[in-house]
Amino acid sequence: MSEQILTQCTSGGAVWVHVKDGVITKIRPIVLDEADPKSWTIEARGRKFTPPRKTTLQPYIVTEKARIYSENRIKYPFKRVDFDPKGNRNPQNRGKSGYERIGWNEALDMVAGEMKRIRETYGPAAITGSTSSHHNWGLLFYKMGPFGRFFNMLGFTTLHDNPDSWEGWHWGAMHTWGYHWKLGITDNFDLLEDALKNTDQVIMWSVDPNTTTGYPGQDSLIWRIWLKELGIKLIFIDPWCNFTAATLGDKWIAPRPGTDAALAEAIAYVWIKEGTYDKQFVENRTVGFDQFKKHILGEEDGTPRTPGWASEITDVPTRDITALAREWAAKRTMLGCGAMFGLGGACRSAYSTEWARLMVLLIAMQGIGKPGVNVWGGAAMAAPTDFSFQFPGYSSAGWDAFGLVAKKPAFPMGNQVTQKLYRLLLPESILNPPVTWTGEGFCGQFLEQQFIQYTYPEPGSPEIKMIYRHGGSYISTMTETNRFVKMYQSPKIECVVNQDCHWQSETHFADIILPASTGFEQSDISEWGAPGGYAANKSGSNFRIIIYQKKCIEPLWESRPDWDIYCDLAERLGFKEEYTEGNSREDWIKKLFHSTSLPRYITYEEFKRKGYFVVPPPQGDYKRTVSNRWFYEGRPCNSPDPFNPLIGTDKADKLGTYSGKIEFVSQSLLKHFPDDEERPPMPRYIPSWEGHNSKLAKKYPLQLISSHVRFSFHTHHDNKSPWLDEIPVHRIIKNGYAWWPMRIHPSDARPRGIRHGDTVKMYNDRGAVLGIAHVTERVRPGVIHSYQAGAKYDPLEPGKPGSVDKGGCVNLLTPSRMVSKHASGMANNSCLVEICRWEA
Amino acid sequence: MARYGMVIDVTKCSGCYNCTLACKDEHCGQEYPGYAAAQPVTGQFWIRLVEKERGRYPKVKVAYTAVPCMQCREATCIKMAENGAVYRRPDGIVIIDPVKAKGQKQLVSSCPYRVIYWNEEKNLPQKCTFCAHLLDQGWKEPRCVELCPAGALTFGDLDDPESEASKLVASGKTEVLHPEYDLRENVAYVGVPKKFIAGTVAYGDTDECAGDVAIILSGPGANAKTTTDNFGDFEFEGLPDNTAFAVQIEAKGYRVRRLRAKTQSDVYLGVIKLAKITESTRIGKPG
Repeated sequence: MSEQILTQCTSGGAVWVHVKDGVITKIRPIVLDEADPKSWTIEARGRKFTPPRKTTLQPYIVTEKARIYSENRIKYPFKRVDFDPKGNRNPQNRGKSGYERIGWNEALDMVAGEMKRIRETYGPAAITGSTSSHHNWGLLFYKMGPFGRFFNMLGFTTLHDNPDSWEGWHWGAMHTWGYHWKLGITDNFDLLEDALKNTDQVIMWSVDPNTTTGYPGQDSLIWRIWLKELGIKLIFIDPWCNFTAATLGDKWIAPRPGTDAALAEAIAYVWIKEGTYDKQFVENRTVGFDQFKKHILGEEDGTPRTPGWASEITDVPTRDITALAREWAAKRTMLGCGAMFGLGGACRSAYSTEWARLMVLLIAMQGIGKPGVNVWGGAAMAAPTDFSFQFPGYSSAGWDAFGLVAKKPAFPMGNQVTQKLYRLLLPESILNPPVTWTGEGFCGQFLEQQFIQYTYPEPGSPEIKMIYRHGGSYISTMTETNRFVKMYQSPKIECVVNQDCHWQSETHFADIILPASTGFEQSDISEWGAPGGYAANKSGSNFRIIIYQKKCIEPLWESRPDWDIYCDLAERLGFKEEYTEGNSREDWIKKLFHSTSLPRYITYEEFKRKGYFVVPPPQGDYKRTVSNRWFYEGRPCNSPDPFNPLIGTDKADKLGTYSGKIEFVSQSLLKHFPDDEERPPMPRYIPSWEGHNSKLAKKYPLQLISSHVRFSFHTHHDNKSPWLDEIPVHRIIKNGYAWWPMRIHPSDARPRGIRHGDTVKMYNDRGAVLGIAHVTERVRPGVIHSYQAGAKYDPLEPGKPGSVDKGGCVNLLTPSRMVSKHASGMANNSCLVEICRWEA
Repeated sequence: MARYGMVIDVTKCSGCYNCTLACKDEHCGQEYPGYAAAQPVTGQFWIRLVEKERGRYPKVKVAYTAVPCMQCREATCIKMAENGAVYRRPDGIVIIDPVKAKGQKQLVSSCPYRVIYWNEEKNLPQKCTFCAHLLDQGWKEPRCVELCPAGALTFGDLDDPESEASKLVASGKTEVLHPEYDLRENVAYVGVPKKFIAGTVAYGDTDECAGDVAIILSGPGANAKTTTDNFGDFEFEGLPDNTAFAVQIEAKGYRVRRLRAKTQSDVYLGVIKLAKITESTRIGKPG
């Protein structure tokens, strides 16, 4: 059989898949042909910039073939050997016991039987479940379709996600500039052109776009190279000289972790003292500046926030702080954080609300929205793009992607259970209820969602008896991961189901394991790089490309597509007809196709044949809608922002804050939590509850920062492809084992007798993790850098909470304490550790 | 006939390893008879990425240099091969014949660039083929080039003056990685990491960053001038190895500073504080 070239889409790029004799032979970028629309061109500073006519892929996507055929695939349905749903369940052995292979029918009967039994015995609220972030990609069949529709029809206790990648922006910045419909970050439109034409420098504050641009592949890398070629300066502020800083940076400023807010306050001090801020903008577009000014100048508490004051805290030289403030004021500056792909580790730490709010205030003081001055996520968003072309993303209809075209969507009205759980507090909820918390992690409907007080169990509702996992792993991605080990061994949990493509760290805690197929083993439709929903019309790619995701190979081993698995469960539970509405997979795809702008340009047959469609990029004199320009100019918002509820109202020229302006004193916090000292109405530096000057620092003097991993999307690629193990940045092979690197400065390594390449133990009271010391000048003294989301939790004593882990699961060490009392985000980067040599 | 070559721009490389991974996607477990046996799943890097950390905190940068087979015109592997097991195609690509080369372990050490790998299982030396099996099917470039997101790899016919690769070579910005090997390589580089001398200048009296200060570098064969930026930082990049340089710092109203630096490695001189010329210093040290 000759080779076929099929189109697919992944969590890090749109791909061509070569298939020969039913086997995948190549994963390639899609290369546009002459029939595809003309590329955009930006003219700036005497040059013409136009993108390469192909997609780009994240490195882990180049390993997809190895991941698909990985030995770590879940090949068959399994049951834990000592789990007997009719007898002894042995929950204490979760994480310890092995598995035996069972047939699909037995597995499905067992899962459906447990669902029925638990519903009848305790009620539907005794079941909860949750999904991964991006273990597969596809608009209809990834997670919000199959899982979301199924569980909303079944009824279950919704497990709210925390905004895990942008905590400080969500819980903080939202109270400064609104944007609740974007979960606290701003939109990015037409900023690439604005920057190439008008910007003098970009400040990447806690941002590493070369590592974390995710879905749109590496399309924006070339833009940052253009910036460099034009002599636009790139300044990086990060305790770790990240990958973008190390290869493209002009200046690296390294504050101690958790002290960024102090640095920000000192910058404001210099501007106020020297009068180098946009007074007209501050006067007309903000509220509360006078109080802020008093605070910064020390008129409130006798402590002026001078560069000298901040230097003591941050360990950044006073002169550098002054110079940074002056450079920023003198040059037209883009701030690289505060929009998608500019989220950063600093927003995942104690009191990160303060830093994020101060970031907004600083860019406001320089007149956000004027030419060349804006918030631009990692310099990784907003090429010329036509957003009038309608095509949704997988999250556009919430927790039922089929709801976009179904006769009866299952979300939000399908689920009758009102009880809620919160992902960060799941272990506590199971082990030590009742548990209370403040706020919904995704408050896209209205800002006050983040003030809702929750209690679990909800009065009158049962406790959780069954946990259903659809892809992914909390173990290694959530904080203080040992909590989850303990939780799974609780006798209160009667049944754990894990449905996934690969053996993740968490799979080993399930009672019943269902093997799911990857996206390459099924058809779907999607736009690459576009999740939709809160991320609607956010584009980090050079072209909008809609993909017919073609089934490339038959499901491997005994795996089955998620949708097929849920169909069979729904059948056993008596709601298959309602679940499918009689649609085949192809029917759903076709209906979705016809609900979009595609039919105006291409027939379904032609789309399916070619496999992709490039949305014609805007040319020449199209109408630009530069982000926040409307606000700067004081006119109604004209951004293609579908969820801005103010557009079309008499408040269209306002932001989403209570005052409609940027708030130095947050009016929403003033109203709801006026006395909160941990997130006061006016932001300020607050010493971390686990930072360099905490008491605990005497015992654990090193600060661990664990940013998003470079060579894996969360846990989804690590430990699945041997090729990734050979990338020394990712894992280090020693004595035949692929260890996790822990980066340490020579001045910290030397007194501990640690040499480059030594096996080391990093530990604190929460756990201990082994890895290999990478002695480097790229971390500042006092800091360890080691990525989070290694997918190989490998305890020396399996099943024992607190066991030393060999696999590099650094989230065993991070604190479960949340950002602050009412800011229910995670704070991975507020973590003190010690490190020593490990003699095996 | 073409003469295929590649230009690798180190200054554009972000270290994403897509080139190495693309090569593995193409060659691991997949053989192309007549061109190459299958690459083992692990252990070989037909295009290897060499990471070099340069400088010291807080003046650090990283250079990634991709190293494929250089497709030399004076290839030592061809000379060392028995039985004609390594040959040059008319288009310049050097191929290790996967049948004839069996057992010829000497080929691994024949290459000073260390880009020939030994396949223990197959008893075979192996290396990059520029994806000749694809070029022969009409592909325009090897897999690594297609997958580079930075445009750091340029592939083309070096005998065609209109090719992008030729234009880069003609620009005079390129060099081969090891000219001392004298192998007439068909792979050239832009921005091969050399050595830098950098420093930060501050005023001793105010402790402010000293911006716009003249810095003069002198040494054998390299005299250069620059000025500090507003952080007081300066950098001389692209200096030769193991060479002694003098750095002179001149700011009006401050005493001239002269420092010495040898480029055994990249040099960050740290924060250099300038002493203000006051009445007393003038009296103390006339002239």
